[in-house]
Amino acid sequence: MNELVFFINNVVIAGSVTGSIYAIGAIGVTLIFSIMRFAHFAHADIMTFGAFMVLLLTTAFPAVGASIGVPTALVMLPLAMLLTAALAVGIDKAFYKPLRAHGVKPIVMVIGSLGVTLMLQGLIRLFSGTGGQSLYVDDRKEIFRIALPFEGVRAPIVITEPQIYLFVITLVAVVALHLFLNRSRLGKAMRAMSDNPELAQASGINTNTIVAVTWVIAGALAAIAGTLLSLDVTFKPDLSFFLLLPIFAAAIVGGVGHPYGAIAGGFVVGFAETLAVFNWNVLLRPFRDSLPTWLELPSNLAFVGTEYKIVVPFFILVAILVWRPTGLFKGKVI
Amino acid sequence: MSHSTKNRNPDYTPNDATPERRFPLRELVLFGALLAAVLAVYAIMGAAYSTRMLVEAACYAILALGLTIQWGYAGQFNAGVMGFVALGGFCAMLFSVPVNDAFWGTELPGELGKVLLYGIAATLIVVGATKLDRFGVPKKLRTVLAIVIGVVLYLVVISLLRDVTSQIQSQAGFIGGFGLPAWVGWVVGGALAGGVGYFIGHVCLGLRSDYLAIATLGIAEIIKAFLKNSDWLTRGTATVSPLPWPTPGPADIGFTLSRAIYLSVTAVVIAVVFFLLHRAYHAPWGRMIRAIRDNEVSSAAMGKDINKRRLEIFVLGCILMGLGGGMLGTFNSLFDPQGYLPLNHTFLVLVMVILGGPGNNLGTIFGAVAVYIIWIMSEPLALFLMQLAVAFGEGVFGWDAPNNMDSRALQARVLVIGMLITLVLRFAPKGLLPEKIKTHG
Repeated sequence: MNELVFFINNVVIAGSVTGSIYAIGAIGVTLIFSIMRFAHFAHADIMTFGAFMVLLLTTAFPAVGASIGVPTALVMLPLAMLLTAALAVGIDKAFYKPLRAHGVKPIVMVIGSLGVTLMLQGLIRLFSGTGGQSLYVDDRKEIFRIALPFEGVRAPIVITEPQIYLFVITLVAVVALHLFLNRSRLGKAMRAMSDNPELAQASGINTNTIVAVTWVIAGALAAIAGTLLSLDVTFKPDLSFFLLLPIFAAAIVGGVGHPYGAIAGGFVVGFAETLAVFNWNVLLRPFRDSLPTWLELPSNLAFVGTEYKIVVPFFILVAILVWRPTGLFKGKVI
Repeated sequence: MSHSTKNRNPDYTPNDATPERRFPLRELVLFGALLAAVLAVYAIMGAAYSTRMLVEAACYAILALGLTIQWGYAGQFNAGVMGFVALGGFCAMLFSVPVNDAFWGTELPGELGKVLLYGIAATLIVVGATKLDRFGVPKKLRTVLAIVIGVVLYLVVISLLRDVTSQIQSQAGFIGGFGLPAWVGWVVGGALAGGVGYFIGHVCLGLRSDYLAIATLGIAEIIKAFLKNSDWLTRGTATVSPLPWPTPGPADIGFTLSRAIYLSVTAVVIAVVFFLLHRAYHAPWGRMIRAIRDNEVSSAAMGKDINKRRLEIFVLGCILMGLGGGMLGTFNSLFDPQGYLPLNHTFLVLVMVILGGPGNNLGTIFGAVAVYIIWIMSEPLALFLMQLAVAFGEGVFGWDAPNNMDSRALQARVLVIGMLITLVLRFAPKGLLPEKIKTHG
């Protein structure tokens, strides 16, 4: 039983945490892909920027959260979402719109977004330094230990305060996005444009508005993902290259241009990562006595070491590109 | 895909067609300015430093030539130059470093070989299992069987490998090199990079062009992670140095002369690569590659095997990157996996290519040398500007500057590189020396 608790702590909870973060990031990537038809490489840095805004605001007003009883970083999150959304729209106006107006190939947009990545990285590091910082400036990170009411179970299930917030916020964000895309006029226009931009324009949809709305949503979601990730661990300015691959893998696994697919893809990639670095020997230990004597289990039965975690999303990406390039849910853009 | 075929390539307008024998004024002016810059660096920084800079610029020029045939000739964007450079550097290290007797004198090489044989056998078994449906096994059952067998065998092999490598690490440090001349490592590094490029290209080149960028970005980080964490193979963060040069080293004949000899070796390599690329570009093959870049559908209609041609050129570019990476690694005389950074080895090369002129070999070489000089000189400049800013802030506002200002100042260069990429794409998409498009008739 203790082994099972260990499994829950290290795979179920950890996998849901990374899965939620990848899912929120991948939604933004997939929306941009479906409206503007290019892979937005600067997305992970927009996430970092959102987290950095939260860090700045929290450092400026560290005591706000204590009066309401939530961490200050969470109080500052909506403000950071606004700022990040504004940044995303501004980047589009300054860098991507002129390129679009020239009618360049999508791959040139990709290179442009890499340029934006470097600019954001440079700016963030210039102002924050290169080290890691905690978003809990004045507050304390609560850790809940839930003891299970079974006999012989000594290890508790461990879950931290930011992880609970993370699950709640992910759920709220996903439901809100679902309602927006299916119920609101703008959301329907967005889906129409992702299906067929010319037809959407011909039927009187203002494509400029849709592009701006896409950036607002993508920016706000990126701020959420970046902040939640930094709450769970720490804020680091150089996260982006390690986030990009899993997020793109998640978007492609779910089928590019498919927001629900991106959510599923995020959890697939998140769980695959945690399952791959989990030491399976722990689960087999209770059965050690019943195993035949010639079979001696090595002490480390993980598929990959934690240092090779990045291999997992890459492997998933290659596998999906080889066997099903449209993704699990048949994305529209190949 | 629908996008690229619908719009005609905007870079191509008939006005671009230049008469064949034009006086190369632009080339002369640009290269003259470059020569003046190099001479200025020689005058200010001294011969040894400047020659080092030139050798590194020459190695970067080989990388840039690799990228210019991928991006300029064929329109494929490789976002993981760093990975191929690191592979080249690794091979240069592995082949040139002296033989480690603490490893080869024991039974460890046999053990390692045994594990590698097990790995090959396991791969064969799994491949065999995927062919089971030819013997009447239902397809679903075959897939399940193949996956189960694959997972179990993988776990067996990887735990055996972990045992052996940790033994190597504790008993011998690392496996050492082969003690061969460095150029063997360069050639093998090129071949290895080409092999990795073949794998990636094979998966991605039939799909949207963005996927290639994502996959190359990923493979670069994986190669770096592998080299950084395989202490038994590369000593990881402990780094390997010195790497022997194929030419007389600085200890024998002094810094300037030895670097000058190394520079002539790189110059010969560049000249050979340049000549071959020039011939290939003007050959029917080069025309076919450009036709595929500019209009995929019409080339396919003419019966060209688009994916195969793309794979060819992608692998060729990767080989050049591996070769350049090997030469760069040997010249630095240090193999440090952590020293491979996306900024220095991917984006700097990208800037060289798009600024110099994608698809124009001469422009690419100009871009490589010019950007590298700016890059090297920007480091003291950034530090100086930051000190100025700090002094100004302290003097006027009484601002208390954090003490890690120097590392932050260097980050400003990241910003500049990013800005350069976006600005060049916006205002000079064809680079300083644009590709010359010949028209016939």
